[in-house]
Amino acid sequence: MNRTVLDLWVGLFVIAGIVALLFLALKVGSMSAIKTAESYEVVARFDNIGGLKPRAPVKSAGVVVGRVADIRFDNETYEAAVTLRLDKRYAFPKDTSAAIMTSGLLGEQYIGLEAGGDSQTLKDQDRIFLTQSAVVLENLIGQFIYGKAQEGTP
Amino acid sequence: MLRQSIENLGNRTIHGVWRMGFAARFFVAILLHSGTAFRRFGLTIREMYFSGVLSLIIILVSGLFVGMVLGLQGYETLQTYGSEEALGILVALSLVRELGPVVAALLFASRAGSAITAEIGLMKATEQLSAMEMMAVDPIARVVAPRFWAGVISMPLLAALFSAMGIFGGYLVGVQLIGVDEGSFWSQMQSAVDFEQDILNGVIKSVVFGVAITTIALFEGYDAPPTAEGVSGATTRTVVTSSLAVLALDFVLTAFMFRGI
Repeated sequence: MNRTVLDLWVGLFVIAGIVALLFLALKVGSMSAIKTAESYEVVARFDNIGGLKPRAPVKSAGVVVGRVADIRFDNETYEAAVTLRLDKRYAFPKDTSAAIMTSGLLGEQYIGLEAGGDSQTLKDQDRIFLTQSAVVLENLIGQFIYGKAQEGTP
Repeated sequence: MLRQSIENLGNRTIHGVWRMGFAARFFVAILLHSGTAFRRFGLTIREMYFSGVLSLIIILVSGLFVGMVLGLQGYETLQTYGSEEALGILVALSLVRELGPVVAALLFASRAGSAITAEIGLMKATEQLSAMEMMAVDPIARVVAPRFWAGVISMPLLAALFSAMGIFGGYLVGVQLIGVDEGSFWSQMQSAVDFEQDILNGVIKSVVFGVAITTIALFEGYDAPPTAEGVSGATTRTVVTSSLAVLALDFVLTAFMFRGI
């Protein structure tokens, strides 16, 4: 076969392969998954994180504004220290509260941020003080049964 | 009788170890003589045409059908849990992580690997390789290394094309034929598939498979007995050994990548 025709086919093949890779990167796995340098980290402490996992989304008003970067257990306070990596484009007041929520009945767990009213905003390595732990189903059932029993006794 | 069987065992062990050592030295020799494959890149391009471009049809068609079947089967299972929107996740993750690299590698082994073995084996049987040596042309640099690099470059491209075609097939069946919501199909897929964790690991897998398949194919061809039977036996061994190697390597790589052992 002619040399140039061969080169042409191989060139087309390589272009098609790279296009397929780009399709996978951009359309299948949104490129936002690649961490941009434009982010800042804040720490929130929870009594119980339930089934929260690293890389779980952090949402405010339902919009993803960051991801869970790291989860550690603090052996001094016996709390879970969760590091949130938030997008630099979004600034939150200092008294923002964080709660662990579940999407749907059996869905994945995520952190919901509720903005406060402070005029100062959270900076890198700041701490979110107002937190609400995950709802553990067993505790909820226990409370319900306890409440029912209380009702029964006059 | 007993002595005979022990001798047989010893003979096979020695032969096996010798072949392993020869294969390892052969692999190192390919790497050391790769200079020509890049200096005269035309040689590599020629081989990429034969092992990459000519494998396109089978890779694209099987990718499309694997994706379509995944769409059908995934929908049947997911709808019993009322979560057919997760079809996009199922199709994309199974293709990008596993099926894309592995099935493309198996097809590549049988389509291109066998051809490489037959070609090199026949070159050896007709003493073309010896003739090159007589002319002071190193057959490893001139014949073997370009085929190796062509396979290593082609394999990830073929795997990516397979995955992309498969996701398109899953989209055709899931969204166009069955009627899963298009928006949630893509958006759930995008939120679940991670670039580094899933796509990059899939590409790394396919590069490793490319190295394994082409090395086995070239070695079997180079080591084939110079007879018609020898070449046919070597071709069969290429397909069997490289398919098994792909599956075993896939298990090991998956264990490292997704379980973090």
